[in-house]
Amino acid sequence: MAATALPRTRGHARRAPRRPLGIVPTGVLVLGAIYTLFPVSWVVVAATKSKAELFSTSTFAPGTGLLSNLTDLFAYRDGVFWLWLLNTLLYAGGGAVLSTAVSTVSGYALATYDFPGRNLIFNILIGGILVPSVVLAIPQYLLFSKAGLADTYWSVLLPQILHPYSIYLARIYARAAIPGSLLEAGRLDGASEWRLFRQVALPMMTPGMVTIFLFQFVAIWNNFLLPFIMLGDDHRFPLTVGLYTLLAAGANQPSLYNLIITGTLLSLIPLIALFLTMQRYWRTDLSGGAVKS
Amino acid sequence: MRVNRLAVAAVAILTTALSAACSGGTEEPSSEAASQSAAPAGPVKLTYWTWVPNMDKIVTVWNQAHPDIQVTVSKQAGGDDAAAKFLTAAKAGNPPDLVQAEYQMLPSFVAADAVADLKAETAQAKAEFGEGIWGLVTLGTDAVYAVPQDSGPMMLYYRKDLFEKYGIEVPKTWDEYAEAARAVHKKDPKVFLGTFSSKDPGWFAGLSQQAGAQWWSISGDAWKVAVNDEATTKVASYWGGLVKEGVIDGMPYFTPEWNKALNDGKLLTWPSAVWGPGVLSSNAPKAKGKWAIAPLPQWSASDNYSGFWGGSSTAVAAKSPNKAAAAQFATWLNTDPQALDLLIKEGAVYPASAKGAALMTEAPDFFSNQPDFWQQAAAIGATARGFTFGPNVNVTYNAYRDAFDKAVAAKSDFAAAVAAMQDTTVADMQKSGFSLAQ
Repeated sequence: MAATALPRTRGHARRAPRRPLGIVPTGVLVLGAIYTLFPVSWVVVAATKSKAELFSTSTFAPGTGLLSNLTDLFAYRDGVFWLWLLNTLLYAGGGAVLSTAVSTVSGYALATYDFPGRNLIFNILIGGILVPSVVLAIPQYLLFSKAGLADTYWSVLLPQILHPYSIYLARIYARAAIPGSLLEAGRLDGASEWRLFRQVALPMMTPGMVTIFLFQFVAIWNNFLLPFIMLGDDHRFPLTVGLYTLLAAGANQPSLYNLIITGTLLSLIPLIALFLTMQRYWRTDLSGGAVKS
Repeated sequence: MRVNRLAVAAVAILTTALSAACSGGTEEPSSEAASQSAAPAGPVKLTYWTWVPNMDKIVTVWNQAHPDIQVTVSKQAGGDDAAAKFLTAAKAGNPPDLVQAEYQMLPSFVAADAVADLKAETAQAKAEFGEGIWGLVTLGTDAVYAVPQDSGPMMLYYRKDLFEKYGIEVPKTWDEYAEAARAVHKKDPKVFLGTFSSKDPGWFAGLSQQAGAQWWSISGDAWKVAVNDEATTKVASYWGGLVKEGVIDGMPYFTPEWNKALNDGKLLTWPSAVWGPGVLSSNAPKAKGKWAIAPLPQWSASDNYSGFWGGSSTAVAAKSPNKAAAAQFATWLNTDPQALDLLIKEGAVYPASAKGAALMTEAPDFFSNQPDFWQQAAAIGATARGFTFGPNVNVTYNAYRDAFDKAVAAKSDFAAAVAAMQDTTVADMQKSGFSLAQ
């Protein structure tokens, strides 16, 4: 998603002279769009099918069961779906905000200050990107258990706040977006470092922060393994783990496919809404720079 | 940090399990002391991981009647993941007090010292259960590691209407079943009598039990592993032959493809367990009233055996501070008539206890055409053979999926797949430090 933000400025330059070649990238993008949207469209159609229709009617024939699926889902265990949705919002929203804050501050510091150990820290962070978070889930669980924090909201929030890739992104962005001369000018005018960060750097980093926020929001929203391992109490489950209990209902219980598919569809809506509303921040801030060099 | 844990656990299981008469006695006072010390500080609080539907409603009944022991249900995802999660939690030192344990997973809990021996607390409950079921929670030792909850005796589900349409009789032996498979497939090449699922090792284990297989047994102070015993090899070769011949399909159970075949009447039988109606009514609702049950086909006309597929028990975590209270709840849940009634009605469970099974009178809605469904099921359940699961069933089951996936796709020798399961199981147990008898 971040990639769509950057090429926009380049698009203007290319448009006129290279018209015929333009078909190729467009075609690739269309293929990519179909590839990613196809499963989503299946979810949309399947969510309308009743239990009887789900496995018997043709794949893309709309069904008649959307309303009953929704009623069943909301009635399932006295509306536990809403609780899971709220939990997910808390984990994804809270986690993404905290993670963006930490990443922005660290990225800004790494990009603009020269201090001993800076490269070491940065290299360790880059190494951290290479370690998949899946690998860390069980050690994190054991650590949190020792601290008595397992099976709490913190056990899911805290591990997702420090995200090496986001810090890396923030550093790259800060480096490119904040000219050293601007900070120098501010210092000469007697602004404190805190004020420089808040009033000069922060507005310029907003598009980068939005990207990091969205990345983290989506990543936490979709995260399964960490909450699955950390949480025992089903009233703290996010949607991913909650819906999974409907799928793996035990060997002798049927999977509640209808409810899972409908729940999946509903859980997509906040993500789509978020992207549509956040998109404009990329545009306004990328086009309106503070310094023209 | 715990490289040798499995080796230690292996020794531990064998010492506690085999000389449980003495070790059971030493465990006992400590758990009682723990529950007593916790008692004055208000009601005992227990957490319970389970995936039985509506268990919270059943527990509410207990909580109202027992203000001093309050149970909180946490509904988990079922199956292998639940077992892995419980083992991880037990290792980290914060397991729930009570946990739903599938019979095939219980030995791995015991090997990891994750569940408590309930021998003293369940002395009276023992009489409520059949021997085959009880063996699943004692692992053939003197200890008792859980209270049985539900069971899955196997039977043959078949499409009565389509059997009549294709003019075939309900098969009494596996030979007749093979003949019927050929006959059906000849009449309509798109229709199969059944399918061999390479994704459901529990199903295959149940069929092997029926044939008399004993994959694991404890011999002296060592495990004996015989996944490739004669009975299992016979079962595998039988199905392998039919798959190779092309008269039995190779699609796995519980897939959308399978659901579709059931709905379209392309599959005529399903050798499955007593909990089958729930699956059929949900995945193939169109065929309501068209299915019927019969005992599994037998290996020889004079036999009358069945096996178990699925089923679970209620275990108490070894690290629970309130073991006595937890055992009391587990016993109530699985033997008290009121609890059994709730388990049946709210939890859609087929109770393991004889008293509970007798409570099942009204045939499932999906089988309204067969009013004696539960009487038949009980009669079949009484013929189920006992079985002991080993401490690494998950490894054996994964080996099943790997080997049979390939064997079904290539239509190759199924007996070789069984041999691969045996080799993988033995290699894993050796690596984990279990001592094996030859």
